[in-house]
Formats: sequence, C-alpha cells, structure tokens
Amino acid sequence: MCTLALVTAGGLVTSNDAALAVPDWPLNWGRLVPPLEGGIRFEFAHRALALVTAVLTAILALKTRRMRRLAWWAVAAVVAQALVGGALVKLIDPKSLAIVHASLAEICFGLTVAIAAGYVTGLRPQASGAFSSRLAVATLFAQSVSGAAVRHGAIGIVPHIVGAVIATGAAMWASLAVLVRHLEDGRMPRPALALLGFTALQVFSGIAAYSVRAAAIHDPQPMPLTVWTTVAHVVLGALLLGAAIWLAIAED
Amino acid sequence: MKKIWITAGVACALTLAGCGGGEKPAAKSDAGATPAASAAATPDMDNGATITGKVTFDGTPPAMKTLDMSAVPACTAAHKTPAKSEELIVGADKGVKNAFVWIKSGLPADKTWAIPTTAVTITQEGCMYSPHVLGIMAGQNLDIKNADPTNHNIHPIPQVNEAFNQSQPPGAPDFDHQFPREEVLVPVKCNIHPWMRAYIGVVSHPFYAVTGDDGSYTIKGLPPGTYTIEVIHEHWLDKPQDQQITVGAKDSKTQDFTLKG
Repeated sequence: MCTLALVTAGGLVTSNDAALAVPDWPLNWGRLVPPLEGGIRFEFAHRALALVTAVLTAILALKTRRMRRLAWWAVAAVVAQALVGGALVKLIDPKSLAIVHASLAEICFGLTVAIAAGYVTGLRPQASGAFSSRLAVATLFAQSVSGAAVRHGAIGIVPHIVGAVIATGAAMWASLAVLVRHLEDGRMPRPALALLGFTALQVFSGIAAYSVRAAAIHDPQPMPLTVWTTVAHVVLGALLLGAAIWLAIAED
Repeated sequence: MKKIWITAGVACALTLAGCGGGEKPAAKSDAGATPAASAAATPDMDNGATITGKVTFDGTPPAMKTLDMSAVPACTAAHKTPAKSEELIVGADKGVKNAFVWIKSGLPADKTWAIPTTAVTITQEGCMYSPHVLGIMAGQNLDIKNADPTNHNIHPIPQVNEAFNQSQPPGAPDFDHQFPREEVLVPVKCNIHPWMRAYIGVVSHPFYAVTGDDGSYTIKGLPPGTYTIEVIHEHWLDKPQDQQITVGAKDSKTQDFTLKG
C-alpha cells in the first residue's frame, strides 16, 4: 500500500511539474522539513513517503523468513530508487534518469506485490508459470517504461499506443487462459478477473489522459483534471503490473 | 545476499562522492564559448542601419486563461485582480507583445561583439517573471531578483547551455548567471509555482529586440549587409519566421511579421 502511495506521489510530482521544487538532496531547502508551499508540498511528500517505504521494506526484510531473498532485493531496489532520485535533483532532472526512476518505481512495486502474493497464496514466487502470464508481466513492464518515456518527452505517443495494443492483448491472453483453465477453482478467477478489469480501465484511462492533455496544451499550468487523469493512468498501470505479477505467482 | 550489500555499498559510496549541495553554482563565464573581448565591436549608431517593424496577429486571438495561484496565498495576495497567462498578449490593434526578433545570420563570422558590462535583470514579483521575455548577450550578466515574500526556484531549461536550478528564499540576495552560448529561446520556470514562465533569447551579438505592447520593435546600428531576421514567439516555438533583408549604411528599413492563429 505504501509503495503504491509512493507511486501516486511520484506521479503527482511529475504532473504538477514539481520535480525540482526542492533543489537540494538529501536535505529539503537546507532543512529536514521545508516550507510547505506550492510544488514543494508534492516533492516533500514524495520524499517523506519514500523514507517510510524504505523503512517498512527494511523491517520486512529483517522479519521475513520465507521470502528473505526477495525482500532484500526489494530493499536494494528501494535504496537504488532513493539514490536515483537524489541524482535527479543533483543533475537537474535529465530525461534518461527520470525514465530510470519511473521504471525502477514499477520494479519496487512489483517486488512488494510478489512478496504479498507469496504470503497470501502460500507459494514461493518463482520466475516460472505459464508463458502467457510471464509475457503479460514483461509487456506491461515495457509499457510502463514507454509511458515514462512519453511523460518525460523522450518519445512520442505512437510507440506507447502500439505498446498498449500489445500489452492489452498479452494481459487479456494471460487472464482468459487462466479463467478458462480454472473455472471450477475458486482461488484462480479473482486475480485473472482483476487483471482483465484493470486492463479495461487502463485503456480508457489512457484515452482520457491523452485527450485531456491534448486539450490542455495551452493551459498556463497543470490543471486538476490534467493532473488526476494522468496520475490515475500511472497508478492503474502499476496496479495492472501488480495484478499480472500476482496472477503469474498464483498460477504456480 | 552478499552481492546485494556490495551493490548497495558501492552505490552509497558513489553517491557520497557526488554529494555537496543540490544546486549548481552560478556560472560566471565560459571562456571557451565566449570569444575574447579585445577585438570586440559595438553597434555603429551613427552609420549603422535601423530595422523597425511590427509583429501582428492574424485571426481572433484566444482569451488568456486566469492563473490559479490559490496554492500560495502570498501570490494571490500580490494581485488585486487575478493574474492572467502571458502566453499570447495581443493588443487592440493586433500587435503581438513579447515576440523575440533577432538577426539570425548574416553578420561577419570573424567579428565579435562587445558584451555589455551592465546586467540584464529578471525579477520574480507577484509570482510572475518580469520581464516575461528578455534578450541578453552570451556572456552578459543576468541578474536574478526575488522581490516576493515567498520562496522561488529559478530553473532555466536550456538545450545548449548548462542547466541550473537555484533556490531563492524571500530576502535572499540577487544572484548572477551568464549563458555562454547563443540559444534562442531558453524557457525559464519555477517548480514551486508552475504557472511562472519566462523566455530568454541568448544572442552572440547585440542585434535583437523584444516587441512592446503594440507589437513594435527596433534594431539599430546594424552594419551594411544581407541578413536573415527572425521572429520567434512562445505560442509558436516550433514555428519561427525568417525573412531576408538587405541594408546599407544609415538605411532605415521596415520588416513586419504576421503570426497566424
């Protein structure tokens, strides 16, 4: 939950153009708590949530027995993410690093979902499972990377739309394959249904986000509708990836 | 497990090696990009040519949107009536304000131009940049002021020059910056107040102007020759307009531009 909140906070930072509202790191305007005004609020909230997430992830790694290896990878990913975030501030937000930061966020979230799925299902997360499930995870992650590239102006919208078609197809294949195979099994349909549902929502949220952004091209500042449609698309993308990971694990 | 700790340790060490303040120090000069001033010329106001003109808008100009400063009460309080976007200001006579007009090419390649010793000032006041568009010579001092009772960060986004992001609390002293390389236009923003925008035309010579309220401009002291004169405006950043113009000594010529909606 905390990691998802952190993804949301990161989306709000980018959508409100607040990425460099706090020009220093690791301090905030030379202090622990900066003046909370304007874009500083979004950037500081993001940093504060990052610290909470890092602490919680470290506690999880220390406490868990069954998935210790995966938990320590999650700690490493969160620490790497914090360092990339700091580098973004110091290097004045280069596009390539911003894309790395957004992509690593998805990896962090995916790892925490994998750990949660392992606990709930009682299964040890493995890199196995049906090809359709693994393909869905791979294409959805690639789509989140291309989405980050679009967000930060590195590529146009067309590759992301093409990727959306591929990722939607892969997600539908993975979920439908499971639904067909396990109709009688009460444990299976829920993750598959979640994947199908998030896929549909994400397609519509993508259309909404793009349409709103195109209409707002001459807006003098990020307006709430533009911000929230875009952030919703980012968050749904994370949930979609999480659902695919959960399905791939649960299928084992 | 061991590999994870080694990786994390290396990453920490690299980060600590790079620590030392998040803001790039104000660049004073880049000698490699700004030519030496010893043989520098100045505009010949007695014998040089003058180009005047007007930039006008063709069509119905869009209404400028009101800025939402509600997130920062100090900004709202600075305006008796809500401030509007300055992206496209068109006067009653269709004159376009804040268009940047400059001599893009045609000046002798071996000639360098004296960099004024006086600074160009940009002020953050009422949570807006003043002026909204300005011209400056490469290597000339840009003096940045915060006249507001609130924090700002000044964040130019150049493509050719080095980027920086400088915080300026209320009451902080002015700071100077120089752009060593020609670049038209450099957008400037504040990440605390996302509506704040300015544009800086950094030019390697003194032949540039920003149109006034009525859309007019004047460029003086130009040596005789054939030039490409360009107008660029933030509403049409990817569509600058170029014209060829030939001037002789003491000539006075007019070059108008029409920007289409």
